Amino acid sequence: MKNKQKKYVIVGNSTAGVAAIEAIRSIDRAGVITVVSDEPYLNYSRPLISYFLAGKVSKDKLSFRGKDFYESNEIRLILDTKAVRIDTEKKELVCSGNKKVPFDKLLLAAGGVPIIPPLNGRDLAGVFTFTKLSDAEAIEKYVRSHSVKKAVVIGGGLIGLKATEALVALHMSVTIVELADRVLSAAFDKTASSIIEHALEKVNCRVSVNNTVEEIEGRAGEVKGVIFKNKEKVPADLVIIAIGVRPSISLAQGTRIKINKGFLVDDHMRTSVRDIYAAGDCCEAWDALLGINRTLAIWPLAVKQGLAAGYAMVGSDKKYAGGFAMNSVELCGIPTVSVGVTNPEGTGYEVLESYDKEKPLYRKIILQNNRIMGAIFVGDIDRAGIYTGLIRDTVDTASFKEHLLKDDFGLIRFPKEYRKYLIDKETVAI
Amino acid sequence: MKEKENKNIEKKKGPGRILIREEYCMGCRLCEVNCLVQHSKTKNIIKAYKTEFPRPKPGVIVEENGYVSFALQCRHCDDAPCLEACLTSAMHRDKDTQAVICDADKCVGCWMCIMVCPYGAIARNTEGKKVASKCDLCKGENVPVCVKNCPNEAIIYEK
Repeated sequence: MKNKQKKYVIVGNSTAGVAAIEAIRSIDRAGVITVVSDEPYLNYSRPLISYFLAGKVSKDKLSFRGKDFYESNEIRLILDTKAVRIDTEKKELVCSGNKKVPFDKLLLAAGGVPIIPPLNGRDLAGVFTFTKLSDAEAIEKYVRSHSVKKAVVIGGGLIGLKATEALVALHMSVTIVELADRVLSAAFDKTASSIIEHALEKVNCRVSVNNTVEEIEGRAGEVKGVIFKNKEKVPADLVIIAIGVRPSISLAQGTRIKINKGFLVDDHMRTSVRDIYAAGDCCEAWDALLGINRTLAIWPLAVKQGLAAGYAMVGSDKKYAGGFAMNSVELCGIPTVSVGVTNPEGTGYEVLESYDKEKPLYRKIILQNNRIMGAIFVGDIDRAGIYTGLIRDTVDTASFKEHLLKDDFGLIRFPKEYRKYLIDKETVAI
Repeated sequence: MKEKENKNIEKKKGPGRILIREEYCMGCRLCEVNCLVQHSKTKNIIKAYKTEFPRPKPGVIVEENGYVSFALQCRHCDDAPCLEACLTSAMHRDKDTQAVICDADKCVGCWMCIMVCPYGAIARNTEGKKVASKCDLCKGENVPVCVKNCPNEAIIYEK
């Protein structure tokens, strides 16, 4: 039995899957690793598709691991093939075309799928989602073959706004329609959202909040406009649906794998079924700040979870320490970082804020019992990671709280012992 | 058998480390000046500060509060959060030196690295193409120039 090569199968060829490969190969060079992906490409960085559409990054620069990655790690790649279901008894992954892939250890890391509301007209040409490279390529092709001047983006979250930014770079005037009372309502507070909304208006975008699209109108099979909930008609040659993503879980339906919104996993990224693991946007892993399991679809955690899953699949006992919400994104040339709890509900929170409307510069720190629970930075994000570190280490900031909002805040304000510990210890993991 | 499987995986030697001795720092900022000049195109102090575009950013930050000061640069962590957070793999570990460095060509300026670095040791350079800028341990030099030029041994290099 010892001589038998382990069969690792990974569904998904993106952030978490690639990290898992690296973890597995750091310990087990002999096992057979098979990657199944419904996309035809080698790895590419999904957050870069907006840069690609805007023409800022070329297609050959989208990959985050080189072409030799699969060869040097001896990966069996099954691309352009959908994993359809799992036979947990026979330990087989069944793919499109009834192709069967047996496994000893299976990792589910297929990410998320865009949510498409049941709108009339959603099948018209010129209506797209925006999560994959194929989406960006299809949009680019459509824009080139049609004279697209006006676009409507449904959803003012991160994906919607990054799509908007790309469309603006392609000289379109864009209307963003958002169901909530402001853009980026999940990660930002009202002030931060308003800064971005003003910046969007400056680049000829319209933001319509507390609103939604009721119908997409077309002519000759092509999109021509949308009708809002308030019956307003807005002409559009292009519509992007970006109301959110949900975990990709369909292949496990009908199995005993426990699913809430995503696959429920423990601190080794194990699902409820033996030898089956999940990582990345499709799973609900530990949120160390909120103390619950939930989906946190962000790059750094997909890497951490992928690594933890890979180690667990090999049999190492390295654990996933949990993570918390964080994002860094530049919108309309304004850098922003949001970390942790940014819209605290209930009592017991203390909020420190500084806001310069003219520049604009905004900084907000949310504390609970002198421990930082969250932070928002807009305009100036320099050294924001120091605050992320304080959240991670649950540091009591009582002795230096008055300096937290200052421009020159740094490690010098920390208690000397904590500073020494931070600087001299060998490893760091956020 | 397991040992045989693993024989290809050797423990890689870590990067050199710059130790910080704040008790000896006078806050003279010679480290900062030397770092900037070292990473300039001309390697000339006047040109580096006055005429070069884009002007490099120093990879060392001098923090000061009254009599306490220290020079802080990237710790080149074994478990570097910036490596995991990078969307493009611009941030990578140098194969030769094991230092964590940023490939300016690949960097798109998303600042994920800045969000996760608990030292605040990565800077935005937005003069030209937006790129993350940080200490590279002065590849090619025996000792990083900040250390070499510190008059008080407030930073020392341990290989």
